[in-house]
Parts: sequence; C-alpha cells; structure tokens
Amino acid sequence: MAKRRNPSVLSDEIDWEKGAMKEFTPDPNREVLLSVRNLSVGFSVRGKRTHVIRDINLDVYKGQVLAIVGESGSGKSVFTKTFTGMLDANSIIYSGTVMYHGYDLTKLITNEQWANIRGKRIATIFQDPMTSLNPLLSIGYQISEVLILHRGMSKEDAKAEAISLLGRVKIPHPEERYDDYPFQFSGGMRQRAVIAIALACNPEILICDEPTTALDVTVQSQIIQLIKDLQKEYGWTTIFITHDLGVVANIADDLAVMYGGQIIEYGTIEDVFYHPAHPYTWALLCSLPQLGTKDEPLMYIKGNPPSFSDEIIGDAFAPRSEYAMNIDFVREPPIFKMSDTHWAKTWLLSPYAPKVEPPLIIQELHERMKMAADELAHQEGDNYAKPSSR
Amino acid sequence: MPNRRLGKRIAEYNEKEGFIPTDESTLKAASEDQDIFEANKVEEDPIVQLKDVKISFKMGTTERIVVEHLNLNIDRGEILGLVGESGSGKTTIGRAINRINEVSGGEILYNGVPISGNIPKEREKLLKTKVQMVFQDPGDSLNERANIDYIVSEGLRANHLYTDEEDRLHKVEDIMHKVGLRSEFLSRYPHEFSGGQRQRIGIARCMVMNPEFVIADEPISALDVSIRAQILNLIKQFQQENNMTVLFIAHDLSVVRYISDRIAVIYAGKIVELTEANRLFEAPLHPYTKSLLTAVPIPDPQVEKKKQIVTYNPRESHTYSREDVPYLREIEPGHFVRCDEKEFALYQKELDRLNRENAAKAAQNQTEGDK
Repeated sequence: MAKRRNPSVLSDEIDWEKGAMKEFTPDPNREVLLSVRNLSVGFSVRGKRTHVIRDINLDVYKGQVLAIVGESGSGKSVFTKTFTGMLDANSIIYSGTVMYHGYDLTKLITNEQWANIRGKRIATIFQDPMTSLNPLLSIGYQISEVLILHRGMSKEDAKAEAISLLGRVKIPHPEERYDDYPFQFSGGMRQRAVIAIALACNPEILICDEPTTALDVTVQSQIIQLIKDLQKEYGWTTIFITHDLGVVANIADDLAVMYGGQIIEYGTIEDVFYHPAHPYTWALLCSLPQLGTKDEPLMYIKGNPPSFSDEIIGDAFAPRSEYAMNIDFVREPPIFKMSDTHWAKTWLLSPYAPKVEPPLIIQELHERMKMAADELAHQEGDNYAKPSSR
Repeated sequence: MPNRRLGKRIAEYNEKEGFIPTDESTLKAASEDQDIFEANKVEEDPIVQLKDVKISFKMGTTERIVVEHLNLNIDRGEILGLVGESGSGKTTIGRAINRINEVSGGEILYNGVPISGNIPKEREKLLKTKVQMVFQDPGDSLNERANIDYIVSEGLRANHLYTDEEDRLHKVEDIMHKVGLRSEFLSRYPHEFSGGQRQRIGIARCMVMNPEFVIADEPISALDVSIRAQILNLIKQFQQENNMTVLFIAHDLSVVRYISDRIAVIYAGKIVELTEANRLFEAPLHPYTKSLLTAVPIPDPQVEKKKQIVTYNPRESHTYSREDVPYLREIEPGHFVRCDEKEFALYQKELDRLNRENAAKAAQNQTEGDK
C-alpha cells in the first residue's frame, strides 16, 4: 500500500490535537498504586547519551494484572527496572517521577534507601532462573536469606517458612529439596523456586520479567497457572513483561504495548485484542503464526526498530508503518482516549485524520482464534485423558 | 498424500523385536559422476530412515537411554515437525542424523545408505555437505570473533565447493541477498546484528551449502514474535525453491502447524503420534498430544480464559501390561498412534466420533456460508 499523505497536514490552522488528552489522568474508578509521570530514562555510553524510555505516563492500579508487550529493545525491561532501582550504573533518569506510597522512586539512590522497597514491596521474577539464582548456595538458603533479612525471622523459623513456601509453589517433597542446589532442579522447578523467593516477602507489586520465555509450552502453562493462583490468593498487583501475546491473553487484565521507549497503546485486553487502534498493534497481531494459513506467507513488520542513539522525530513507528501520514514524520502524536480504559498514541485517531480501517485479519481475529480454539477443544467426552485444573 | 507403504514399514519394525542391519555389499558403489548417496537414491523412498534407533549417554557406569526403538521415515521434500517437551529427546534425534550424537543401536539410512556408527570417512564428509543444521540461539551459535564472510563461507572452504575466490564471494553474496541481508554486512561481526538478523546469518550459513536435508532445531524459540514470522517465511521459501527436506524441531505446536506437512509428537524418547499437520489438530488421539494442544497459548482473551489445561500423566492414562505391548499402530492411513490393543479399540471409537463431529461442523459452516 502506498503511503497515505495528507497535503494539508502541516498547516498550523488545524488544531490536530483536538480531542487529545491534555493532561494524563488515571481511570477515576480505580485505586492508583504506582503512578509514572513523564518518565525519561537513558544511558550514557562512551560519552554519548541514549534515550531508551521517552516520556512515559502510566498508572498501575491496585490488584491489576498489567501486561507490557513489545519487541526486544522497546525498553520494557528498563522501564520496570526503574521501579526497583536496578538500572545499570551508567543510567540517567532525565526527568519524570514514579510515585509510590508518597515516595518518588526516581529520587532514591543508595541501597539503604531502596532496601525498604526492593524485594520487600516490589519484587521481580527474571527471565532466566539459572542466572537469577546463585549456583553456589542451596535453594533453601536463598529463600530463608530473604526471610531473615526482610522479615527478621530466626534461622529455624526461616527454614520452616521456606519449606512451606516451597510447598506453596508446588515443589514435591519440599523438606527433601530444601538443601538442593539450583543445578539439581529442572528449568520449571527453578522458576518455581524464584517465585518462592519473591513470595517470601509478600510484596505488594510483583514484576514478572519474561518469566516463561526460557521454558517450553507445557511448563510455561504450569508456571502461568501458578502465578495466577498465587495472585488470587495474595492479591498482588502484577506487572507481566512478555512478547508472547498468547500468554498475555491468558493472564492479563490490562495491556500496555511498548514501541521505541513509549507506551503507544493501553487498554483492557479485550480493548486491545478486539479493537486495536495503533498501526503497530495491528502489525503485531497480524504477525502471529497462529493466524497463518498454509498457502500464504505470514505477515511481518518490515524494517528495524528505532535505534536508541538517534533522535526520534514524530511517531517512532512511522518509518515502518503502512498507514503513516506526513504529520507522523514531524510531530509526536499525543494520547487520544477512546474510553476510560483505552487510549492510544497515534495521529490516526485525530478527528482530521482520514478514516482508516484496520487490516481485515484484525477484524477477523476473534473469529479466526475461535476456530483455532474449537479445533483444540477435543477433550470433552473422552474417557482416558483426565482433565484436571492445575 | 501420506505414504501408505511407509506406514506399514513402521509397524513392521515395532512388531518384530530387533531389525536386520543393511548389508553394505548390496549398495551400489559410487561412480565417477555420482557419489554414493546419489547412486543409491530412489526418488519415491524416504530421504532419511531411522530404524530401531537407540541413543544413550554413558555417565560413568550408568547408561541413560534417551531414545529407544525409534522408527521414523522422513519423506523427500516434506517438512516434518518434531514436537515435544524439553528433555524428550527431539534435539538428540536431530543431532544423531547429523552424526553429532552417536547412535548406540539400530541404524540411520540416508538415501538407503547407512550413515550411523562406523562408516567410511569420505562418506561422513560427503554427508556433511548434504545435511545442514540451523540452531536455536543465533547469538551462541555464531563465532564471535569471525566476520560474517568467514562464518557463511566456512562450509564452502572446508569442502572446497568453489572454483576460485571470485566464485566463493559470488555464492556468499548471492545467499546473503536471498536471506534479506546486504552484502556490505560481510565484513561485520555477529555482535553488530540484532537477533533476527543473526538467525538470518545462521540460515545463510546453512543454505549456502545447498543442502538436501536441513535440521532446524528450534530456530525461532529465542526470537521475538514479530521476527518469528520473517524467519518462518524464509525457511518455507527456501524449502519450496530448492525442494529441500526439513526436520523442524520445536516445542510450540502453533508454529509447527503453520510450517509442517506432517507432525511427529514425541514423549520421553518415543513417538506417540504421527500424522499430517492438519489431521493432528482435527483428530488428536493420544492423551499427550491433547495435553500439548491445550498448553498452546491462544492470543485471544475470551478463548484463553475459558481454556482448561489437560495434564498428561502416563501412569494414569495408560494401563500397559507385558502381554499387550504398546507400539506405534496405524489407526487410519498415515495416522499413527502409540497404543496397545485395548487402547487401539478405544482410539478407533474416538476417531469415529471426531470424524462425525468434524463433518457436522463442516456441514454447519457450509450452510452458514450459503446464507
């Protein structure tokens, strides 16, 4: 498709931002737990400054499961690392605030200042359980360490509690496995142990940074079920980072799509899956292998994601977008709200933009997926495989 | 169409304990214009045959058996998906064909010529020009200290597959262009590329050899969703252009379905179900296949939240006895399920039911379409 160009696009007489959100306001019906305003983060690399997070506004609501999706390099991990002060030493927070219980997390510097937050109130589960566990210490020790440090338990109490935690994350025979080392655990069990460590402090916010990417599908579905069950039991607020939209559909209430260091679309998962508004979200949904039919090649996003070192003018996705207009290359789009729960950062939502229909495949997404699901649902009326909810 | 004859062979090996190794003296020797694989090639026969293969690893005095009594035929020109959880032996099987892992029992045939165990050095070298591999992690599988030119042409150099320097460069540039990379990248190093580009280099390195048979070992598991589609398209495109045969190893059924002609589901080193890709989704019979199908995440919130996960526990699902030994049985043409006599009857009923349901659904769709 040829690029849509609108000749009058650059004229100043039109108020392109008509209808856009002037000031970022949270959903009035929900309780805000963590509130990010105008956050910009970058790194200093060989004297050069990069911009990785560019002016993000986001509210995390209490009890919510928020999923953040995006390509590698879209800044999703860096973004959540600012909540726990785990950014690398060469990072710079250019501007913005992260308000949490009256504290501005961007102002905290030393480990002492962070001690009360990191691990205790905001815990993280990382992608690769082998690198986030210490290979020289037993699993049990690594769990009780947290209990002794953060909850002031005695050694004996900590051990008893650690064993019960291992049971909680469904590791069989926790007493026997307490003294085992990480290498004696399988990939899925290691991830369970990491979840047990996160559980130890009963955190308010749990950040899951691609917790299932290194696991295979069967183990992945188990771990996700576990996180879901524990989430219900403990009532955490969960931030779930992933690039797998299937996982998102399973676990999340709300979804934030990140591209080029910005959140470009935000909404409940029904909003984003069934009524996506941003061309990048369209492209992402189109490229799902589940949608492919045998005879036609899969759709994919052409080009490369923007580089951090270059300054981005206008809409970061414009150079790769089929729907880019002139204004996309000049001015950064503001946030257009479609409902209390759904907004997107694209000029296509401006009242002056030409009406664009999303690709047919997106409109049919639900139908196609339903068909795929119907084919998978063969378990009814079957007398030898026993369905059990894990 | 599924190869009917091939199906019978699989059942045959399973029933008779043990197999008869191929007699080397019956093979046609290599002539001047044909190498040994070419000379023994029969167009309709499977390109790779695994016969009663056993692969085990020795750890001190204990022997860990990964794969045993494995029979599998890979047809010429097809993409065969091999699906299973980690530790089920799917990578081991792929590597055994490529002679990276040793086979401790049975044999593997390529064009009817044995390629496992002790074989002449020339044959091994020749095999490695015909069978190539694409690895999972594009970061780890490329030499950090070599430039792309060296990485891509390493196979050409090792086997002297070019006439002069100009010819080599031409071949390398041609393949770089085909995988969608520019030829000025040739002087760069792997760390300068993104994950998707690195996997393209991995594919270029494989395809520059113009292989007949490619083992793709989870080539997209480590990649982003948006890049997966590109790499899948690329593999499929090469397969169609060069009429290659591909063994596509993965753990995610949704991906395998798109790319494969047939799918083999493997559990604990044994094939539990083998059939055409679409048929596996229409009529899954083995409980493990069903559990695997429910584990596939579907990117649709309404569907996904309703979904029930089925767990597979071999002890609960099967009651095998010594008299009634389970093996891979053909339940309909080209559709194999590992089962014993008792289960075979059950599966047949199940298959009838599924066929009826599918037919009813198709009829319903038809009437809806007419309206």
